[in-house]
Amino acid sequence: MLLRHTPTEIKERSALTVNPAKTCQPIGAMYAALGVHGCLPHSHGSQGCYAYHRSALTRHFKEPVVAATSAFTEGASVFGGQANLVQAIDNIFTVYNPEVIAVHTTCLSETIGDDVPQIVAKAKADGKVPEGKYVFHANTPSYVGSHVTGFANMTKAMVEYFAEANGLKSKTINLIPGYVEPADMAEIRRLATVMGITTIMFPDTAKVLNGPLTGKYKMFPEGGVTINELQKCGSSAGTVALGRIASMPAARALDAKCKVPCQILDLPIGLTATDAFVDTLRQTAGVSVPDAINLERGQLVDTISDWHQYLYGKRVAIVGDPDQVLALTRFLVGLDMRPVHIITGSPSGKKYEKSLRDAVARVPDAVNIRVPGDMLLFHQWLKNNPVDLIIGNTYAKYIAKDEDIPLVRYGFPIYDRMGHSYFSTMGYRGALRLMEKILDAILDRKDRDADDITMELVM
Amino acid sequence: MSAIPILEARKAQIHQKGAEPFDITCGKHSLAGSVSQRACVFCGSRVVLYPIADALHLIHGPIGCAAYTWDIRGALSSGPQLHRLSFSTDLREKDVIFGGEKKLAAALDELIDAYRPKAAFVYSTCIVGIIGDDVAAVCRKLAQDKGIPVLPVHSEGFKGTKKDGYKAACDALFRLVGTGSTEGISPLSINILGEFNIGGEAWMIRKYYEEMGIQVVSIMTGDGRVDDVARSHGASLNVVQCSGALTFMADMMKETYGIPYIRASYFGIDDMAKALYDVAAHFSTQPTVMETTRRIVRREVSAIMPELYRLKGDLSGKRAAIYVGGAFKAFSLIKALRYLGMAVVLVGSQTGSKADYATLQEMCNAGTVILDDANPLELSKYIIEKRADLFIGGVKERPIAFKMGIGFCDHNHERKIPLAGFEGMLHFAREVHASVTSPVWQFAPARKLAGHREEEFRA
Ligand code: SF4
Ligand code: SF4
Repeated sequence: MLLRHTPTEIKERSALTVNPAKTCQPIGAMYAALGVHGCLPHSHGSQGCYAYHRSALTRHFKEPVVAATSAFTEGASVFGGQANLVQAIDNIFTVYNPEVIAVHTTCLSETIGDDVPQIVAKAKADGKVPEGKYVFHANTPSYVGSHVTGFANMTKAMVEYFAEANGLKSKTINLIPGYVEPADMAEIRRLATVMGITTIMFPDTAKVLNGPLTGKYKMFPEGGVTINELQKCGSSAGTVALGRIASMPAARALDAKCKVPCQILDLPIGLTATDAFVDTLRQTAGVSVPDAINLERGQLVDTISDWHQYLYGKRVAIVGDPDQVLALTRFLVGLDMRPVHIITGSPSGKKYEKSLRDAVARVPDAVNIRVPGDMLLFHQWLKNNPVDLIIGNTYAKYIAKDEDIPLVRYGFPIYDRMGHSYFSTMGYRGALRLMEKILDAILDRKDRDADDITMELVM
Repeated sequence: MSAIPILEARKAQIHQKGAEPFDITCGKHSLAGSVSQRACVFCGSRVVLYPIADALHLIHGPIGCAAYTWDIRGALSSGPQLHRLSFSTDLREKDVIFGGEKKLAAALDELIDAYRPKAAFVYSTCIVGIIGDDVAAVCRKLAQDKGIPVLPVHSEGFKGTKKDGYKAACDALFRLVGTGSTEGISPLSINILGEFNIGGEAWMIRKYYEEMGIQVVSIMTGDGRVDDVARSHGASLNVVQCSGALTFMADMMKETYGIPYIRASYFGIDDMAKALYDVAAHFSTQPTVMETTRRIVRREVSAIMPELYRLKGDLSGKRAAIYVGGAFKAFSLIKALRYLGMAVVLVGSQTGSKADYATLQEMCNAGTVILDDANPLELSKYIIEKRADLFIGGVKERPIAFKMGIGFCDHNHERKIPLAGFEGMLHFAREVHASVTSPVWQFAPARKLAGHREEEFRA
């Protein structure tokens, strides 16, 4: 009983977070920046933060994660980090030679009040940024928001720094995939490509954080949106942004800056959300939905009908990042399951919370929702009102073990299983995979608990 | 020479044995803009104190610092698991502006009531150092109110390197020493310092010593307990492992309580045996101790030898690269690898001192590359140049090794397999063997040629 210390009785806590369901902004900013081709993320702060961010991303993706740091010392903390950042930019282009550096701040540099744009301007003026190379930045103080905010801020910075309207509208559609896995980004793009749409997607971590073994270490792998594409996204016909929390700020900024109209949708998790995504693509690009996609959709509907009897009425507890949690909740309710305990660690606002409440309106059980909440509260809810299934990241496995409840790993981080960076959970096919995972968990449990008499061969 | 540029300022931190007279620069703060593999002061403190399982570990700062250190280490506890939870004051914007002292006091109040720990450690992170919270004062007040030691750990990340974090941890820990009763402590007694019970290593080592007739008063901090630390001043000898972490403690205990100390390493057959013999020699007034020790060593060594020889057959002539936190660990690794017939072609550390590197250079063959505070490009460059078959490192290095198609052994603190002790040597050999001889490497043919195509892997 690893979590034997969890008290069943719930007390309101005023001043602390126990077992967080979120982490800090810079890691999200770093992940987003890795989705730009040839980009070296740079942490403007002291050494520890970025070592932690790199390690955490490495544990999740099992891939090398590079980033640089300003390596603040006591001096920099008193006098500001200008000298460190200018020197860092110089060193980075000399030694690592990336196409672009994406600077994010940390709590430390934010609190000191370093003015990053001014420092970058100085570096440029001093000739530290070679011709044809770029530096951009996002402010990412961790005492505001969460890792998802950091991702949103860095994605928005891509627009603010690079997008240009050249006066001519192209037929291209911009896709902002949200804080999702490399495999999800690839799937989101695939759907659009199958529909015959030309896209610019940012960020795009496919082939960056799920790359092949080649026998050499490449600091800058193949994938990622290019700066040229980012510049051109200001002239696209429209933007489809997935996930209100992670993607809306960038989509809105692009609309404001270059008058590219945007549609903001749920992450395409499950049937209805994917329908909305496909339909929006169809309308925005003025194309029709090809048979190949209708087939995928039909197969999903067919499978739902085949397995509904095992999903119906099952009580589920969900913890994760806000965009995923909302879309997933809607999907599960659509499958006739009952999400009853729902937590996201990220502060996501009243409007978000209301969407979540609306999503579970037809669930007959009492539903607990906390935005933001932590994993201690999540566990306490479960102790008081058990469920049939938990959906959450690797840290949820302790709860699952102690309470003996099946777990489907979903979200960030996943430190202990493979698959998330290769098999998408988005789109119709992704929904099939999610259902497979959910049913495996539920039915394995059913088999385990069945006695000899009632054990079923055919399900 | 090669296509990878190395910063002028870095050159002094890299040495190739035989190439020039030995002189290496180290103990420097990492360069701004470097992709260092190092961590911060806080990380050092957290590593040392983390295994004390019946203490509360509260991280005062924004959420990230706590989230990334949540249960990521393999330090096992036989009893309470309180250390594996994550407690954070989760500072928000208004706390940064108005100060976090009130929140800290409230958090401690709630936590100590809820979990009734034996002591509490409060870690300061960077931001606390900037906003100027008087953490010590809050701790004093809470210690008074709650009647347990509440110890501030001055671990602001920017105030030095990981090594300074060890020191800060020792300072906090030392305040517990001498507060307990030394009743019932035998004159034949030791404290084991700098052993964190990764994968249960401390348990094995303790068993050897106990079999020798030596009482182990406390292990700092593996499977640690507050009460044991409190009475540790009653031991006759301190046995200190590793170059950095707990040496500060041994020095303080020597000065204040007159307890002598000896150094030890438990890794590899020779060092493990020496660690036992040295302690036996210290207690030479009891001749039976040395006799028993000989018997134990003989028994343990003969138990593992047959399999070691078998593994050696496959590993002889293979080449290894080592990049670890402390240089002391590298010494043991070089010896252990020799046992397996392997040659070390690269060795580096994050925190080695000048003397450490001098020792390394004496131990190594001509042509071995010695590195202080390396980055992934440098590591990959030399691994390919020196045609290593195995890389020994930590979490961030693993995928780099795999991308290059070579074996890997995790010798950091996240593993759950014991590599210390006689038995541990066998685990180590098995792990190295499994990784180096993995059939997957035959599918990474690029590696064999890569040495001649360096210019390519810079991307
Ligand atoms: S904020 Fe400071 S203490 Fe926290 S991880 Fe970063 S460097 Fe370390
Ligand atoms: S100081 Fe801030 S940025 Fe650094 S790890 Fe902690 S929360 Fe994250």
